Amino acid sequence: MIGRGLLGIEDLDRGEIEDYLNQAKTFQSHGGGDFKKLDSLRGKMLVNLFFENSTRTRTSFEIAAKRLGADTISISSSGSSVAKGESLVDTLNTLAAMRPHAIVMRHAASGAPHFLARHLETPIINAGDGMHEHPTQALLDALTILDHKPALEGLRVAIIGDIIHSRVARSNIHLLSKFGAQVVLCGPAPMLPADLAKLAAGVTLTHDIREAIDGADVIMMLRVQLERQHETPFPPGDYFRFYGLRPEHLARTRPDTIVMHPGPINRGREISSEVADSQRSVILNQVENGVAVRMAVLMKVMGA
Amino acid sequence: MDPASGHDAVTDVVVENGTVAAIGKDIDISGAEVFDATGMIVAPGFIDMHVHLREPGFEHSETIETGGRAAAAGGFTSVCCMPNTNPVNDSAVVTTYIIERARRLSPVNVYPIGAITKGSNGEELAAIGAMKQAGIVAISDDGRPVMNARVMRRAMESAKAFGLPVINHCEDLNLSAGGDMHEGFESVRLGLRGIPACSEDVMVARDILLAGVTGARYHVAHISARHSVEMVRFAKSRGLNVTTEVCPHHFTLADSDILPFDSNFKMKPPLRSCFDVAAVTEGLANGAIEVIATDHAPHPGSEKMQEFERCPFGITGLETAIGLSLEQLVHTGRVSLMRMVEMFTVNPDKVLNLGKGRLTAGGQADITIFDTDRKWTFDLNKSQSKSRNSPFHGREFRGGQVASIVNGNIVWRLT
Repeated sequence: MIGRGLLGIEDLDRGEIEDYLNQAKTFQSHGGGDFKKLDSLRGKMLVNLFFENSTRTRTSFEIAAKRLGADTISISSSGSSVAKGESLVDTLNTLAAMRPHAIVMRHAASGAPHFLARHLETPIINAGDGMHEHPTQALLDALTILDHKPALEGLRVAIIGDIIHSRVARSNIHLLSKFGAQVVLCGPAPMLPADLAKLAAGVTLTHDIREAIDGADVIMMLRVQLERQHETPFPPGDYFRFYGLRPEHLARTRPDTIVMHPGPINRGREISSEVADSQRSVILNQVENGVAVRMAVLMKVMGA
Repeated sequence: MDPASGHDAVTDVVVENGTVAAIGKDIDISGAEVFDATGMIVAPGFIDMHVHLREPGFEHSETIETGGRAAAAGGFTSVCCMPNTNPVNDSAVVTTYIIERARRLSPVNVYPIGAITKGSNGEELAAIGAMKQAGIVAISDDGRPVMNARVMRRAMESAKAFGLPVINHCEDLNLSAGGDMHEGFESVRLGLRGIPACSEDVMVARDILLAGVTGARYHVAHISARHSVEMVRFAKSRGLNVTTEVCPHHFTLADSDILPFDSNFKMKPPLRSCFDVAAVTEGLANGAIEVIATDHAPHPGSEKMQEFERCPFGITGLETAIGLSLEQLVHTGRVSLMRMVEMFTVNPDKVLNLGKGRLTAGGQADITIFDTDRKWTFDLNKSQSKSRNSPFHGREFRGGQVASIVNGNIVWRLT
């Protein structure tokens, strides 16, 4: 079982991550021309199982699989037997009995794919589990950074927003730390517990966005995950004022500082339109790289 | 070994007609059935003052019969069952039902604990006096702590008047809302919502103050947080009638021992930090904590085989309590064997006044026999409980229960 599937970044070592990134680079189109369909995964079947809404991740996995010649089936929870009260284990066992070569899974519960992986032979690729991990997002973010910077080592990366509820943040923190980047986490106090600093080496915390972005090579903005909050820990009206990224902030940074966002973006909430659409923004590069990274992951998990 | 009298000697124990007829050296009675307990500890019958037998209402998880058998197989001769059944044990009718079922079906003594409030809704006091007459030994809204301090105060006043202790599951529900495990580095790492230690501490503090105001006998259920232990110690030093219990899993495991997302490690209070584990262990050694209780909380596999955050809280505990206590407390030298036995026998009896927990000539023959050196492995598949939710499957123990004798009858023995 070990080495099959992809559940998270925390358990990977640097070499394994580099393998994914190097493979992904061979799949990058760099914005040019038609993509030639490959047949590396012909005859293989991938099940996309999304228990949470997703546009980009699900589409990205589907395109990646199709480009590699695999067959894909996408299931969302509202149209499945889950809506009829079937347990997660039963649903997955049913799907596994149809012998797919891998299952891509997104679920609102942290650890849902880890729990299933203990009971299932079919490799599981985690497409986001609750507030825990989103490994392919961290890989595509790393690939995007490497499109603009020579290496991850020594970079200063500011991750700003609702850190506690963010699986994107956790996966990125683990990945960046493994490569020797400095990670500055920034957000309102209720979304930034002190224990986050112990998550990996080189992680620091601040509540001041200016302190976070000063000297940053990369700024990653996160959405406020209202759907995961049981309360309103920070006045919504104050959020943009204190933690929204605006042109005046970019003015403090170097000209080569890039701005990232895993999407979906909320303009005027965590990021202003001017910044989102600026030359510094690499948000659409991230989306594009998502396909290349997921092709690399599918090759590793489903290939020969 | 009888902690109440301090008696500790190699002797024979004669049981006749449900009574301990004699205790002494080299007694020879022809024709008597002999239980050879050479090298073992013969102790007063162990009392578990905190179990969930799930009947009535949740018989798919456990029944009075299966829970009673699990208790016997764990070396216990008496258990106190919490009132969070369906219906809740908030009336003499339910109390009587439990007592009658237990009389017919349970191999061990079963003492019901009544609800503090009707339906354990935390609003209106339950029929405490009528339940007392029917046989409850304490009141508690275990699992659904009384959030309203005024209601708690009234409950303590009533309980005092009826001579009952008040047992509280201390958890401020606003602070713990949505939490699935101890709040700390591990919950942050795993992306799970936290149950902060302060959610326990603030209610322990409140209740100790109310116990001071009312003069009630007050008992903190399953204490797990270090500041709570400190406060109980403080209350005792002020002469308040405050007692507390700890569960074996809370002095054995910390949050960092959790197998990630395995629901057999999910319970309330949650497995806390290593500092809290050290504090409860120290509390057992220095007297801040005087009772070991299991909080045996059976749940069927169908409920535990789910996403971590959807699983119910609780693990079974009756059959691993002695093994874990020996492992963590006695073999480590933190607590003497006599002190360990005390925490399973006379100490819970002092809280509840059951008239149990002593082994003396002329007394009732409830006896627990255990050994301290035999190697054995806990096999969940052989558990007498109806449920299988324990993190200790496959754990190797040194010493454990050998036989349980209730009212002179051997209700379980190691085979």
